[in-house]
Amino acid sequence: MNELYSLTIAEASKQLAEGKITSVELTKAIFERIKIVEPKVGAYITLCEEKALETAKESDRRRAKGEKLSQIDGIPIAVKDLFLTKGVKTTAGSKILEDFVPVYESTVTKKLWEAGAVLIGKANLDQFAMGSSTETSAYKTSKEFDSTTRNPWDLNRIPGGSSGGSAAAVAADECIASVGTDTGGSIRQPASHCSITGLKPTYGRVSRYGTMAMASSLDQAGPMTKTVLDAAILLNIISGHDKFDSTSSKQEVPDYSKLSGDIKNLKIGIPKEFFGEGLDPEVEKVIREGIEQFKRLGASIVDVYLPSVHYALAVYYILMPAEVSSNLARYDGIRYGHSAIKREKRKEKSESLLEVYMKSRAEGFGAEAKRRIMLGSYVLSAGYYDAYYKKAQKVRTIIKKEFEEIFKKVDILVTPVSPVPAFKFGEKSDDPLAMYLSDILTVPVNPAGLPAMSVPAGFVKKEGKDLPVGLQLIGPMWSEQAILNVGYAFQKSTDWHKKKPNINN
Amino acid sequence: MAKLSVEEIEHIAKLSRLELTAEEKELYAGQLSEVLGYVSQLNEIDTENVDGTSNVTGLSNIYRDDAVEPSGISHDDIKINAPEFDGGNFVVPGVFE
Repeated sequence: MNELYSLTIAEASKQLAEGKITSVELTKAIFERIKIVEPKVGAYITLCEEKALETAKESDRRRAKGEKLSQIDGIPIAVKDLFLTKGVKTTAGSKILEDFVPVYESTVTKKLWEAGAVLIGKANLDQFAMGSSTETSAYKTSKEFDSTTRNPWDLNRIPGGSSGGSAAAVAADECIASVGTDTGGSIRQPASHCSITGLKPTYGRVSRYGTMAMASSLDQAGPMTKTVLDAAILLNIISGHDKFDSTSSKQEVPDYSKLSGDIKNLKIGIPKEFFGEGLDPEVEKVIREGIEQFKRLGASIVDVYLPSVHYALAVYYILMPAEVSSNLARYDGIRYGHSAIKREKRKEKSESLLEVYMKSRAEGFGAEAKRRIMLGSYVLSAGYYDAYYKKAQKVRTIIKKEFEEIFKKVDILVTPVSPVPAFKFGEKSDDPLAMYLSDILTVPVNPAGLPAMSVPAGFVKKEGKDLPVGLQLIGPMWSEQAILNVGYAFQKSTDWHKKKPNINN
Repeated sequence: MAKLSVEEIEHIAKLSRLELTAEEKELYAGQLSEVLGYVSQLNEIDTENVDGTSNVTGLSNIYRDDAVEPSGISHDDIKINAPEFDGGNFVVPGVFE
């Protein structure tokens, strides 16, 4: 494959540095690719062609002057439409922010643009990051199917969520790389379903300033890329302490891209609880083969136990909605967003303040947002706070401690990402609990603040289509280097991450 | 758990500042009850001597000087998104009757 759009960050960066290609050529190639596949895939809510070409020209100018450039200077990036991008419409996938134009930049995207990256567009997502399929987005970005984003590997299936647009864009070569967010698996699961690499860093590694908050104690932004090396390069750029995010850590940022790929004597733990009932046997086969590969590379494999980990989903679906109900209170039709005030004609009797809140939110939010806000209000309300919210916080401690104990015995955990491959559109959208249960393997990581990564590990055949299966690496807090190194070793010795979808119906 | 009543849903909706139709009240009562039923399994686990975790960073009370810095956001910026903005103020229905 020698099309420019199929390059990785590392490859494109090298070719740009050697003067073999220009950023303008690369950006144009991406937009040509978008014209062909985007009507089917529908990865983007907003495309920024004019601005992208301007940015690309500036990058080429800097390079011609001989300035010292970052590894992502001139590289086309897609950004999940949850990051505030100044002057560029940002919707969070919701009608409540249909015409919202941010007046400041998120720290993550600020770092990308300061490093010279080119913004291709804002990628589709489950509304306010709430979902595992991108189906809850209010934006039907796949013109051909009149639906939300489609999985490039099988257009009848979802790309995963909530960062489904970001994952699909990378998988379909509609960008060189993208950034997403992960609160309960929203980077890792779509990465798995779309056969790309997705990393959720340690909580506090990346600033959350300007990243629309879902659950403030769980959210983390991270790279979604074609390779582990690319993920490391992006992580270098976006990591670091931010005075505007007091949960961001002052922990030093090493050079994550210094990867040896040597995992001899690494102790890999296989937690039994992640391989139980409900795991598709063909998915399990792929993961087991991946574990064998790690053995061949010199790692030792140990069975481990996390007896309370199955409670993590219940913990998550109490704590996350509680934090959501607080974070989404700001969408009240007063300062920005869809508003019942706007509909008022000046001379008519206006609605009361309470009615403005209740109508603006009812009209602007989708069903999933309403469900989670209400769940949150309930578990925080008088009479229920102790039984639900406080209880969940205590179980969170138990789960976190169990992980800490395990990491005294092993370096890394290997598990599947999703119990089943990408499901079909509409299959779970009528049953919220069934949708939530599909998060069971990714969710435990966020309450514990741990870093985790999904890498392509193979495919399973369903109804004649090859569907991607990702393998999850989980490490203790601040172990991004180890996780990236294991992933790098895996990608040096396997070809799964090089496979590309054939985007036909 | 028993299904949430319409009154309970109305109470939650008011707390959430959401206006719901009659159909929505029925639908969400069922769906929320199912989820609450699932998460109630936490009652099985003993947390007698466990402290809750509200954040995993170990950080607390991050301070800075109480000094004003320019925000970089002008009234014109605010006008872009504000439903009603006049002379530097957001126009809202009366807070008091």
